[in-house]
Amino acid sequence: MVISSTTADYDQNLHSTFASRYVRASLPRFKMPDQPIPKEAAYQIINDELMLDGNPRLNLASFVTTWMEPECDKLIMSSINKNYVDMDEYPVTTELQNRCVNMIARLFHAPIGEGDTAVGVGTVGSSEAIMLAGLAFKRKWQEKRKSQGKTYHNPNIVTGSNVQVCWEKFARYFEVDLKMVNLTEGCYVMDPVKAVEMVDENTICVAAILGSTMTGELEDVKLLNDLLMKKNKETGWNTPIHVDAASGGFVAPFLYPDLEWDFRLPLVKSINVSGHKYGLVYAGVGWVVWRAKEDLPEELVFHINYLGSDQPTFTLNFSKGSSQIIAQYYQFIRLGFEGYKDIMKNCNENAMVLKEGLEKTGRFDIISKDIGVPLLAFSLKDSSRYTVFHISESLRRFGWVVPAYTMPPNVQHISVLRVVIREDFSHSLADRLIADIVRVVNEMEAAHSTDNTRHANSTGNTRNKHDGEASEHSKREMHLGISKYWRRLVHGNKTSSVC
Amino acid sequence: MVLSRTVHSDSNDSLHSTFASRYVRTSLPRFKIPEESIPKEAAYQIINDELMLDGNPRLNLASFVTTWMEPECDKLMMAAINKNYVDMDEYPVTTELQNRCVNMIAHLFNAPLGDTDTAVGVGTVGSSEAIMLAGLAFKRKWQNKMKALGKPCDKPNIVTGANVQVCWEKFARYFEVELKEVKLSEGYYVMDPEKAVEMVDENTICVAAILGSTLNGEFEDVKRLNDLLVEKNAKTGWDTPIHVDAASGGFIAPFIYPELEWDFRLPLVKSINVSGHKYGLVYAGVGWVIWRNKEDLPEELIFHINYLGADQPTFTLNFSKGSNQIIAQYYQLIRLGFEGYKNIMENCRENAIVLKEGLEKTGRFNIISKDDGVPLVAFSLKDHSQHNEFEISDMLRRFGWIVPAYTMPPDAQHITVLRVVIREDFSRTLAERLVVDIEKVLHELDTLPARVNAKIEVCEEKGLVVDEGELDVQRKFTTAWKKFVADKKKTNGVC
Repeated sequence: MVISSTTADYDQNLHSTFASRYVRASLPRFKMPDQPIPKEAAYQIINDELMLDGNPRLNLASFVTTWMEPECDKLIMSSINKNYVDMDEYPVTTELQNRCVNMIARLFHAPIGEGDTAVGVGTVGSSEAIMLAGLAFKRKWQEKRKSQGKTYHNPNIVTGSNVQVCWEKFARYFEVDLKMVNLTEGCYVMDPVKAVEMVDENTICVAAILGSTMTGELEDVKLLNDLLMKKNKETGWNTPIHVDAASGGFVAPFLYPDLEWDFRLPLVKSINVSGHKYGLVYAGVGWVVWRAKEDLPEELVFHINYLGSDQPTFTLNFSKGSSQIIAQYYQFIRLGFEGYKDIMKNCNENAMVLKEGLEKTGRFDIISKDIGVPLLAFSLKDSSRYTVFHISESLRRFGWVVPAYTMPPNVQHISVLRVVIREDFSHSLADRLIADIVRVVNEMEAAHSTDNTRHANSTGNTRNKHDGEASEHSKREMHLGISKYWRRLVHGNKTSSVC
Repeated sequence: MVLSRTVHSDSNDSLHSTFASRYVRTSLPRFKIPEESIPKEAAYQIINDELMLDGNPRLNLASFVTTWMEPECDKLMMAAINKNYVDMDEYPVTTELQNRCVNMIAHLFNAPLGDTDTAVGVGTVGSSEAIMLAGLAFKRKWQNKMKALGKPCDKPNIVTGANVQVCWEKFARYFEVELKEVKLSEGYYVMDPEKAVEMVDENTICVAAILGSTLNGEFEDVKRLNDLLVEKNAKTGWDTPIHVDAASGGFIAPFIYPELEWDFRLPLVKSINVSGHKYGLVYAGVGWVIWRNKEDLPEELIFHINYLGADQPTFTLNFSKGSNQIIAQYYQLIRLGFEGYKNIMENCRENAIVLKEGLEKTGRFNIISKDDGVPLVAFSLKDHSQHNEFEISDMLRRFGWIVPAYTMPPDAQHITVLRVVIREDFSRTLAERLVVDIEKVLHELDTLPARVNAKIEVCEEKGLVVDEGELDVQRKFTTAWKKFVADKKKTNGVC
């Protein structure tokens, strides 16, 4: 408990925060302040500064959940002081994690019996999940090579260039080569044929994505599996598959149950999914499940004794909050299979509404497919006068955050706008977004036609006013020059690494 | 939004109170997602009730991690719970708050920066991630150095004490670095700087010192390590750096031991990690790692994200995560200020001394922890013949206290300690109550073995032919139980 100073400024407590001296000083940025300030002032000042952050629910760039039921918020707040890693002290919370792993493994058709415990773990997100899965593959491959007396210093992973940045992180931090299958116009996911071609004896696994970040497409894991099985037979390398189902893992089982992409395919050894995307939990939880015990090398697992029963752990993070795990379990039992299915269907419907609205404007090409993660990726048919980056900028005025990106190699010349349809994006919001997009596009059109008429006028006036023409000409030049410069600046600064 | 079902026959379920409904008659699903939805009130109630059987976080004296924050901060955290921290474009203020925290912590550790320079550091999910990032940076720097010298770079190692927290072992195993541990000895429970420097060879990527050893809260002598290593570096030219794992001590030493030189004031210290969720006084889920300057963080490990013109470099293992702990950390730094933190740490130290004195008065315990260090009390029994620390730990649970018992790491495994961590919310009254409860436990344990011995004496006096079977069985039970508890409760992996 803080001993409050009673010697100076004690009457500050009587002032309302906005009457006090605390709002006259700027918040410290480089050094801890020497003196404490009242908690109301601290709260108010930080809260006010945070008002300038974007509104999470209007952030159409993100897959990550931005709304949960108030009952769940209550559960989250009451467990916020539980350190998840204290398995001894919070056995129920640990049990809830185990139940979630079991449920997710069965959702993915893991080959386990009715009462068997699945092999998997809760993580802070798909990044950690992918690193753990990659580590397991790397270690298994190294063991195999050592036993064959071959070199094991140049492992590589085969994946599409549409991977999320965490695969690049994994490759760089864990010293694995990343062999990327480049995209081509019209094919914005990894081509299974090209992928299998790239597999060599140093390949630790092939990573397929269920729900590509760019276009929401579900990669053809079945075809990849079949081609890879053929190649494995010829080479005897036994290369496995990992499915990065960060977004798609909680969409495909509910909307496309007949799509074979999970453990039903024999070469799939591990799958990761983000609980905080379509798992419908706030940011901070992911899951990775392995097919069977053999796929997780025992030496990577640390054992903690838990009053007699052995609790194996394999995570990069140690202490962390328990709230998200509890929230995930809440969602599973609150919604059940039918609840999740209804939500995904709604998202799909609203995505169609948005798609139809955009198609009606006649100005956009829809890049995303109907089947996939519910999102809309669209580009301008005609980018000569203004680009998707301009539209993205202008939409911010209305409060919408709609990001614009360039596609990865080899289709960097294509830029898209992307809208992710989350649980809390209703039909009325979709209508509103369409209306605002139409408004923005009309503005852009008008701005550029004014340019044209001005140009026409000035050339028309050349014959009449020689003096006036020179100044008109230079003004227009300046105007065009500025627009060109700005376009280049925005283009140049935009990133191709998508979240 | 979920389409609520109105066709269902149990539509009147929502009128029932949860405990009148059918939802409390079925056991919660454990292996498969249930087919149907249930009302949110039922879901909330059932989960909440099951969680009642978890320990009470505030009575968990095993953990360093913060278990109480002011309600104003709780409000801020709930408001930010749906912000994904990694969306720097969309939440520029939250990103700015992280940068301010990094700056403040770097200044706290006397990083060699100007008044308005930006520090090199990052917020992480905890010290585990922080240590892995720091280790990665050292590994990459060392590899680049060896490659430039044309030497092999496939056998890196780290020198540290056997008292390290388990995340160093994880780092070593996952990132393929050898762990060279300096063993402890009886009476000396931290890394010996002399032995550590002896173990350094040309493949050592860094020496890791701990400020606030997990087992007994001691601060390692980083200054001595620095001086010895500077000497060795001058001879060998290997330029081996130091990393300080200040997970617990980083938010203690600057406030109550400001003269102690352990941070960037020592030239060989290149990076420091600290847990925001320990004495940084924030809930679980935030840590910090700070580098001395730009050169200590190899550029190739950093990924660049463009933020509308401004470049935001990132170097973390986790991507999406919640923002609330970062905001809470900033709240604490400006709410408390230097003086506030100092007052809290002084209070903790006072209460630790109260507890220590209470334990010494019983006359049954040896105090293993030192006065200077992280405010915790580690103690072991003077007399192990009748019962051991694991039994005390078990019995204290009945009163609600969670006080863990551990064996020390090699080579002091024969020593078992009980450990009580004094956190911000552990007041003097709680300390006194704990002492009283420990005394009660001791009295109970005293009576247990005595009963068996008295029976034997009585029987011998009366010259009765004792039913040997019964006494034997009793003795066997007691020894078996002692062994069972001792074996099962032992964990070498301390938190």
